[in-house]
Amino acid sequence: MAINFLYPDYEVVRDFERCMVCRVCERQCANGAHAFLPEANKMACDDAKCVNCHRCVSLCPTRALKIVKSDHTYKENANWSGKTIKELYRQAGSGGVLLSSMGNPENYPVYFDKILLNASQVTNPSIDPLREPMETKVFLGAKPQQIQRDPKGRIVNNLAPHLTLSMPVMFSAMSYGSISYNAHESLARAAEQLGILYNTGEGGLHEDFYRFGNNTIVQVASGRFGVHPDYLNSGAAIEIKMGQGAKPGIGGHLPGTKIVGDVSRTRMIPEGGDAISPAPHHDIYSIEDLRQLVFSLKEVTNYQKPVIVKIAAVHNVSAIASGIARSGADIIAIDGFRGGTGAAPTRIRDHVGIPIELALASVDKRLRDEGIRDNVSLVVGGSIRSSADIVKAIALGADAVYIATAALLALGCHLCRSCHTGKCNWGIATQVPELVKRLNPQVGSKRLVNLLTAWRHEIKEMMGGMGINSIESLRGNRLMLRGVGLTEKELKILGIKYAGE
Amino acid sequence: MNISAANMDFKQLNEQIKTAVGNVCISHCCGQRFIGRGFKDKTITIHGTPGNALGAYLDGATIEVRGNTQDAVGDTMNNGKIIVHGNAGDALGYAMRGGSIFVRDDAGYRTGIHMKQYQDRKPVIVVGGKVGSFLGEYLAGGLIVVLGIGTEDTPVGNFTGTGMHGGRIFIRTNKELTGLPAQVTAEIAGPEEMSEILPLLSEFCSLFGVAADDLIKDSYYVLKPNAKNPYQQLYTAN
Repeated sequence: MAINFLYPDYEVVRDFERCMVCRVCERQCANGAHAFLPEANKMACDDAKCVNCHRCVSLCPTRALKIVKSDHTYKENANWSGKTIKELYRQAGSGGVLLSSMGNPENYPVYFDKILLNASQVTNPSIDPLREPMETKVFLGAKPQQIQRDPKGRIVNNLAPHLTLSMPVMFSAMSYGSISYNAHESLARAAEQLGILYNTGEGGLHEDFYRFGNNTIVQVASGRFGVHPDYLNSGAAIEIKMGQGAKPGIGGHLPGTKIVGDVSRTRMIPEGGDAISPAPHHDIYSIEDLRQLVFSLKEVTNYQKPVIVKIAAVHNVSAIASGIARSGADIIAIDGFRGGTGAAPTRIRDHVGIPIELALASVDKRLRDEGIRDNVSLVVGGSIRSSADIVKAIALGADAVYIATAALLALGCHLCRSCHTGKCNWGIATQVPELVKRLNPQVGSKRLVNLLTAWRHEIKEMMGGMGINSIESLRGNRLMLRGVGLTEKELKILGIKYAGE
Repeated sequence: MNISAANMDFKQLNEQIKTAVGNVCISHCCGQRFIGRGFKDKTITIHGTPGNALGAYLDGATIEVRGNTQDAVGDTMNNGKIIVHGNAGDALGYAMRGGSIFVRDDAGYRTGIHMKQYQDRKPVIVVGGKVGSFLGEYLAGGLIVVLGIGTEDTPVGNFTGTGMHGGRIFIRTNKELTGLPAQVTAEIAGPEEMSEILPLLSEFCSLFGVAADDLIKDSYYVLKPNAKNPYQQLYTAN
């Protein structure tokens, strides 16, 4: 074996006292980390193949396994970290661009963790969600500027098409191809049960899932995979993907190895061919061009569906959002730099884009300053990790949030960040039939429903504590927020006061 | 049914086309966008100049334009036919998956970008004259034919076929094609390859009254993706 200077990050630790050589670990590991040694009648493992996904650990009947971080180390160096050295070795060995999965794991500030929520004391009574009605329903879409009446004085319904969500959360775009059939089914079923929406991503919509149309957002991206009139009309809304938080400014590339069977059929491209999504839409070079796509989509769906334009949070996000709000789009989705991905160049994922908290606050302010905030709803993602993040995002001006990593975690994802290998042991980010069937959509959808039901209750508790009984009254309500450990500049951009002020 | 599009906005016009019974003939067309979007089964004849995104998402209908068209004709077209008795603008047939587009004269920049094919769906663009730069960028499937009628120069601009990873581009010229990207191989089309486009050439000729004999005997370059140099970045898992 050629020396590659790469040493395992993790060690598979087996308690041979407990191991009864049932070989479950061997069968469960698609990476081939475990092997049976017949002569010795014991199990062996190759740490280098372990991605630390915990599949073997969770299925080991005698709890004989654990995965630990290797304490094998390079000589300590505050500048040249072990990670940096390893990445350099990888590239020197392969000449390749570093490819990673899931969201940016680097140590950048998480502004949600530096924002605290208010609660009522004495003067303004809090509300108990167990005994008082609390409204978490939201409507997404353009809001009419004024009430219109017909000659007889009756109110004319001038509402633009909108989405109704039971709570301000949607599952964000993950394509069929990047995730499995069973993962899609879990999301679709959960969305239906919860009264929210999931998003097809740009892989088209599998024919089995057209029945979830009222809870589906269909996506149109630069590759236009699987896009045709029936697809556009099958969902409740259409999302134009201009960018993604994990890889702003670059396109996508689903390798031919993942374009198999149903994925090929759903994307409407031949099996085994690469699916390349160009970095830009080659027919959109301006807001005017975007407007053309927005209206062509509205035309082909008879103005029945709200159109979402999704962008990555980048430096000039507020100016870009201002343009989008004038393009005829009904909803702007902004994806922060921590957003997840099935595969992105490491350097792009970890170094491009800005935090969603700052992007959201500045977009909301810009749109309000320009008097066009009601033209659009704002949906933010990347990354929303808990109900507290949701409440803070709404108080910073969002109408709703997108979650994806959190949803995958609910399905059993262990954030091993190896989606790009296509060998997800949890049946999520894979197309290998034996792996896909490990995820039971009935169990998966139940876990998603559980998660969001719990979050919904927590949202009500937090709102009640603030004396607010409707999520609409929380939107943009920055007085409910205070910062800790933030600079004047950060507070100014977020539009919030410091704790104690 | 005849519709005069004079002083009509695109929403109104499209509504009228949609509700019209049978085939539609539009006169005085002047820049109205999205005509025929997503239609499955009408024949629409247009006199004048339709606006951008003519026949976007077209799904089986036929559109014939007696005049020039603007940008984004046949955007994400799924099936059907568009015939242009004149010039087409930029981004013709973007991301087309099926059906055919015939343009008598020239087409603009970015023609046939990211066309793709699937099973019996094989999109086709035939341009009689010349096209601008970026022809067939990211081409993933289908056929593009550029005939170069009426031009002495190479009938394509720069960066033809950049990122091409499927499909074929035929270019009728006796000039040498230069400056092609590494992902593309160009050679003179042989009889077998020509047989692929002969039906299209005869359809083009009968649509626009061009003599087929001259076109058929000429030499065509055929551009294919270079399998040895595929359009994909070398990645290393991190």
